[in-house]
Amino acid sequence: MAMFIRVDIPEDVQAEEPLRKQLVEVCPVDIFALDGERVVTVEANLDECTLCDLCIEASGSRVKVVKLYE
Amino acid sequence: MRFYEHEAKQVLQKHGVPLPKRSVATTPEEAETAAAEIGGPVVLKSQVLSGGRMKAGGVKFADTPAEAKDAAAAILEIEISGQKPMGVLVEERRAIAQEYYAAVTWDARAKKPVIIFSDMGGIDIEEVAEQHPDHLSRTNFSNLRPFSDYIAKVAVSKTGVTGNHLGPLTRIVTALARVFVQYDLTLAEINPLARLEDGTFIALDSHMDMEEEARTSQRALLRELGIPDEDTRLARPPTPFEVAGAQVDAADTRGVAGRVVEFDGNMGLVIGAGGGSLTLFDAVRAAGGKPANYCEIGGNPSVAKAAALTKLVLSKPGVEKIAVMMNVVSNTRADIMARGIIKGCIEAGRDPGETIAIFRIPGSWEDEGFKILRKYGVDFVDRSVSMHEAAARAVAKMGA
Repeated sequence: MAMFIRVDIPEDVQAEEPLRKQLVEVCPVDIFALDGERVVTVEANLDECTLCDLCIEASGSRVKVVKLYE
Repeated sequence: MRFYEHEAKQVLQKHGVPLPKRSVATTPEEAETAAAEIGGPVVLKSQVLSGGRMKAGGVKFADTPAEAKDAAAAILEIEISGQKPMGVLVEERRAIAQEYYAAVTWDARAKKPVIIFSDMGGIDIEEVAEQHPDHLSRTNFSNLRPFSDYIAKVAVSKTGVTGNHLGPLTRIVTALARVFVQYDLTLAEINPLARLEDGTFIALDSHMDMEEEARTSQRALLRELGIPDEDTRLARPPTPFEVAGAQVDAADTRGVAGRVVEFDGNMGLVIGAGGGSLTLFDAVRAAGGKPANYCEIGGNPSVAKAAALTKLVLSKPGVEKIAVMMNVVSNTRADIMARGIIKGCIEAGRDPGETIAIFRIPGSWEDEGFKILRKYGVDFVDRSVSMHEAAARAVAKMGA
């Protein structure tokens, strides 16, 4: 169970196949994974988030990285 | 890594240090044959990597080959510090007029090697240093410039050695210093270094430790000594706790959580960064703390790795609190470490605020780390608190 980081992926991101693949590619700690027609977060890797913002940049700030300690 | 006595003597022999006639035996029968070949009284010494051989019964004397056989049989059965001997060193026994001590080791304060010499050998050198400081000399030298025997002469003469004893002792100490530098040793010791009744000098016992990281560059020496790559040469077998520590490190390639060593104290340590581990371990001890473990964490380990190490340290019976302390970090991130340590505490069923005596990881991403630490009520300090002061504060909390 992630304690420090939550990543929110809005539905409009799910609708874009290239973006779904890009999220998987850009994340250095494998937080994103493809699950059929959707991109999902890998629970075990969420706390490894390095706050690099690459997912945020790729999605035009639609993906949200939430720091649960703030 | 540590060499057996017979290997250390092989190294000394290569460099012209006079030694007694000797042979390594792995059976009582071989010891009997060796004693017969040497002729006359012999001493038999257990070949283990730990000290305390005499006290444990690992050193015996024999006047005949038959006695040597019996002595070897007894020695080969004795475990010393949990180690079975790899063999017995059978050595000629010589009449001694005086014993000296000679060693070269690393002086961390001077950042140079140091020759330690005493004309009171054969006994605990720490005892000589404490009770007879005028009989002990310490002489630093450069490991970058060629070693001059003049330095060895100074080291020997500082203890009052003069006359015809000075020359042979200087030659032996010179060889020891050159061996130390050439083979990347961390300790090269001859104790006792004996003057025999016939006036000659001879190395009766020797200990050598080599820098672990030098195994590759010193491959030729290790081959010469017959030491295979898989022979770790640790002073004792790893404990289950240490094996688990190595598994934590091996399970994740991100960063380092290695060199976990178990101690019998009650204060868990998660320490590291740029030599910080040794400094912090010493600082804890200097403040009166009793470490439960040593470790080296750094290289930006993952949250999972930091958490696994934390859980391991907290799993040790008697560990109530841990001190998380590092030197100023650059590539390791303070916030990632904070997440890992807190996660480890929670997964171990502990309250991070109660369990972490102090958190001192200043440097990269520290502000983000501080936010996490505040949220979980962990006592933390920044770089304005020295590593020694942080260690002292952690030790003080252990009694609270």
